[in-house]
Amino acid sequence: MSDLALNSSSTGRHIAYVLRSNPVTALAATGTLMLVLIAILAPVLAPYDPVASNVPQALQPPSWAHLAGTDQLGRDILSRIIWAARIDLMIAVSAVSLSFVAGAVIGGFCGYRGGRLDRWVGRFVDVLMAFPLFVLAMALVAALGNRVENIVIATAVINLPFYIRFARAEVNVRRNAGWVEAARACGDSHLSVVLRVLLPNVLPAMAVQISLNLGWAILNAAGLSFIGLGVTAPTPEWGIMVAEGARFITTGKWWLVAMPGLALMLTVLCFNLLGDGLRDILDPRMRT
Amino acid sequence: MLAGILRRVGRRLLASIPALFGVVVVTFVLMRVLPGDPAVFFSSGPSAGKEEIEELRRSMGLDRPIPVQLVRYLGEVATGNLGRSMTTGQPVVVDMTRRLPASLELTCTALFIALLFSIPLGVAAALRPGTAIDHIVRMLCTLGVCVPTFVSGLLLIYAFYYLLGWAPDPTGRIDIFASAPPDITGFFLIDFALKGDWEGWWAAFSQLLLPACTMALFVLAPLARMTRASMLAVLGSDFIRTAHAMGLSRLRIIVAYALRNALLPVLTITGIVFSTMLGANVLVEKVFSWPGVASYALDALLASDYAPVQAFVLLMAMIFVMVNVTIDVLYGIADPRVSVA
Amino acid sequence: MTAQLLQVENLQVAFSTRHGTVTALHGIDIALAAGETLGVVGESGSGKSVTSLAVMRLLDRAGKITGGRVLFEGRDITHAGHADLRRLRGSALSMIFQNPRAALNPIRTVEQQIVDVLAAHGRLSRANARAQALDLLRAVLIRDPEARLGAYPHELSGGMCQRVMIAMAIACEPVLLIADEPTTGLDVTTQQTVMELLARIKAERGMAMILITHDLGLAARWCDRIAVMESGRVVEQGETVALFEAPAHPYTRRLVAASPTRRSTLADLAPPGLARDAAPVVTVPREHGPGTPPLLELVNVVKSFGGPTRAVDDVSFKIPQGGALGLVGESGSGKSTLSRLICRLIDPDDGDIVFDGESIARVPAREFHQSPRRRDIQIVFQDPNDSLNPRHTAFDSIAYPLRRLEGLRDGAALQTRVREAAARAGLPMDLLQRFPHQLSGGQKARVGIARAVAPRPRLLVLDEPTAALDVSVQAVILQLLDRLRREDGIGLLFVSHDLNVVRMLCDDLVVLQAGRVVEAGRSQQVFQRPQADYTRTLLEAVPYFDPQRTELLKTA
Repeated sequence: MSDLALNSSSTGRHIAYVLRSNPVTALAATGTLMLVLIAILAPVLAPYDPVASNVPQALQPPSWAHLAGTDQLGRDILSRIIWAARIDLMIAVSAVSLSFVAGAVIGGFCGYRGGRLDRWVGRFVDVLMAFPLFVLAMALVAALGNRVENIVIATAVINLPFYIRFARAEVNVRRNAGWVEAARACGDSHLSVVLRVLLPNVLPAMAVQISLNLGWAILNAAGLSFIGLGVTAPTPEWGIMVAEGARFITTGKWWLVAMPGLALMLTVLCFNLLGDGLRDILDPRMRT
Repeated sequence: MLAGILRRVGRRLLASIPALFGVVVVTFVLMRVLPGDPAVFFSSGPSAGKEEIEELRRSMGLDRPIPVQLVRYLGEVATGNLGRSMTTGQPVVVDMTRRLPASLELTCTALFIALLFSIPLGVAAALRPGTAIDHIVRMLCTLGVCVPTFVSGLLLIYAFYYLLGWAPDPTGRIDIFASAPPDITGFFLIDFALKGDWEGWWAAFSQLLLPACTMALFVLAPLARMTRASMLAVLGSDFIRTAHAMGLSRLRIIVAYALRNALLPVLTITGIVFSTMLGANVLVEKVFSWPGVASYALDALLASDYAPVQAFVLLMAMIFVMVNVTIDVLYGIADPRVSVA
Repeated sequence: MTAQLLQVENLQVAFSTRHGTVTALHGIDIALAAGETLGVVGESGSGKSVTSLAVMRLLDRAGKITGGRVLFEGRDITHAGHADLRRLRGSALSMIFQNPRAALNPIRTVEQQIVDVLAAHGRLSRANARAQALDLLRAVLIRDPEARLGAYPHELSGGMCQRVMIAMAIACEPVLLIADEPTTGLDVTTQQTVMELLARIKAERGMAMILITHDLGLAARWCDRIAVMESGRVVEQGETVALFEAPAHPYTRRLVAASPTRRSTLADLAPPGLARDAAPVVTVPREHGPGTPPLLELVNVVKSFGGPTRAVDDVSFKIPQGGALGLVGESGSGKSTLSRLICRLIDPDDGDIVFDGESIARVPAREFHQSPRRRDIQIVFQDPNDSLNPRHTAFDSIAYPLRRLEGLRDGAALQTRVREAAARAGLPMDLLQRFPHQLSGGQKARVGIARAVAPRPRLLVLDEPTAALDVSVQAVILQLLDRLRREDGIGLLFVSHDLNVVRMLCDDLVVLQAGRVVEAGRSQQVFQRPQADYTRTLLEAVPYFDPQRTELLKTA
């Protein structure tokens, strides 16, 4: 009991230490938190209806009434960006969790077992990773149908090889460590070595990967809707908003593209910086 | 040595045949479960009669069972017949050969630009860790991976076409009023150069520069990051310390000892980057109305036109195999630890 | 006094780290005359390697010389510029490192690397660069030097790489060679030949040499003078024999005591204050009735990993109840495979493993965790750094077998058992909440032992448990293991490359070469009258500590 308390308080101190010594991570964590809040509170926060058109007000540059300007139908871009955070985060989080769970288990077992199965899985994953993944996602969405669920599935599939490879490599380097063999001498079966000993050791490193992959997943999902797959207009979604604004860029209506583009960029930036910071927090060697 | 390399190439190409076959089958099956009946789509209109649609289905072979269609398709792929595009009415092979040089010219230029900047940046950052240049490079890397190509492309258009007016109208490979070069290689830069038409060359080049930069920006970050990391690792390794202890000159240590070793992982990542760029082609070609294979396939995909999409995926797989074999061979030459035999 | 070749005066070095500046050297004074060999000895963290790197001005970015000076041939090189240093390094003063394979550029051939050194100092005649490289390879006694010229480091053995390294270091005929742990990580027989080569070259060329080592035996055997370092200071220096015969400083005394000689017993290794009990070791196994089966018996055990050779080839031996058996061999002898077979982590291809009269080889390793014998056989691993789960505290590591094998839940019973095991391993209770990275090597070794003894096993397999430890820590750990055997009657299987250590702890020993038993018998007998040639080579090569046994280098 007291051991536990002591443990968690030292972890807490370590996190506080990392956040203090690395303000960028603290900023990224705050940004991520705000993003989640914005997504949840979209109905409250959005000043206008995201889909109601108001043609007389079309293509207005940013002003006090419309902080991010209006689009070709006079819809408030800020409101659309806020609502879009919901769908984009939802897609990214569900896709990444799917591939994370599947990847950790498949990769963990392959990495531990080694042998022919592992070599085949490894080869397959390498081939898949080197293949133009965006093309694969495109083909998947096109085949499965233009629905949000299928964007999630396609994004999960193209994320999967990264997790398999990561879990496999991380488990593989630890497979012959003394403490893994010791766990077997302490009465663990192969199965419980993987589940109780190896995966818990690998998970923190994979958590870093999650954070980095969330950003990538959002970029992919937005890219798919940019080319007209997945989420369809008039649903507010960052990729669609950029696609709709693209027509007006040569006439200097920059805010139609720049505003949702900025939202995308900041989101991905937050996830990436958070991932880098998490790596510092979770590395036990840096805990003193 | 040369015989060894050739053997290696041959083996790798042979080994990739099952993968290519898999790609053909998977894309075929994927495309067949696509929603939307192409026969309906390509009939004269919504008012088309049932007989007309049935007739079309028969002529397209869609009334046969899927396995039969697959076997027929495989046979046609083997003989180089990739079907006919419903939208352009042309054989897919013809469309593809006309458009492929555009995509390759764009991708290769972009890769060249990316390598030109990322390697020196990565090396400079690694040589002076913790200094201003290192921080700038790291910041660029962090930001670089956050900007989606379709946003950066559009913003580049806004800045260089609308605001500054330096770039030409961002549509297509060449100004619509200018004449295309003679069709020799299909690569405009090369064709113009062969013809000695430097005015035309410049026009094509300035048209190419913006999309190529867009794509280069996208892959600059991973390349620079990898160069920096691997250069740092190599600089901290034992054999660099040995080289210092033996009194080798600084330049020799950095170039012949550190950089050559550090480029090995960069070479591997370049292969992955190249295939990422093939994917990103879809977005960049759409933004710049670039008449390449990716935009062709995308249009076909949105129009439920199977044949071009299948051909596109197959083409990507083939390019991907070639790139991997090339990388593999280069790696084998550069790193003696990989056995050549 | 003649002009010194190298003179280090009050040298201070500090490293800047995440936690501020750490002083590594607190004012070092050493001096070396031409042709002399100086041994710098000390345990890990004593600053001996930092000294050598500071002399070469090879400290990494974080390290700075903060005071004192280094005079080489009368010139102050403490603040010499890059160009001056470059001319000096590799030509007048040169250096070789431990882990020679990593110290060579993996993508350049041996010839290219040697030629690089010659070219860097303008000693290359374009016409016969190859001949020059060839001569150097001949000088370091590499077999078939023509073929080796085109080889890459990964194609050469560790000992061969070290020879190439030496060839590069002597290419420009330096007057001083610094050898930083040149034999660490090499097999004992290779160590011997590398040291002999160094001695020969040194004598032939009249070089001076600084030998940096943790191994007192090595230093005593090859050096004229010794400097003993402890936490960044030279605590004592002097003529080798005089210094080791009558060490003045308490640290030197402790170090000398802990280094096993041919005649040491376990009790000699650590002063009474350090060891819990200094009672003479009774190396007689407990008496058991004639009907008692041996604790462990191996019958014609065979294991191969698919290659053409067998890792373990027809091995048989016995350990009596409460006995201690030493398993000796070099890398690749199959001793680690054997210890994993006995622990039932892997399955033998053939033969039988009998534990206390019961064949345990029939239960597949995959299912052995359910066997009631699982808790009876425990293992302690070689490298304390990778034998503990980095996410477990010492407490959790020791509790793990109790939770898994005995089903104990958190509570008083578990606490008691963990504390008991920690006490038996001599681990202070206040360390139980620490994570592995917060423990020293010796402490980690104790946690590993505590974990192994926690389920109260009857056989402890020790896979080189002291190989990665400093001698003073090794001494204490050896005594601890011996006490476990005598007080608790735990049988020991001690796997090691070091015959001399095995001799002290074990009654019997088995010598392995390439998976086969080449000699077996009572430890003392084998040690004094080895029968097999291989055992003799091993014995000859073991760098046991003997202040009287000094060789070639002195007569330079």
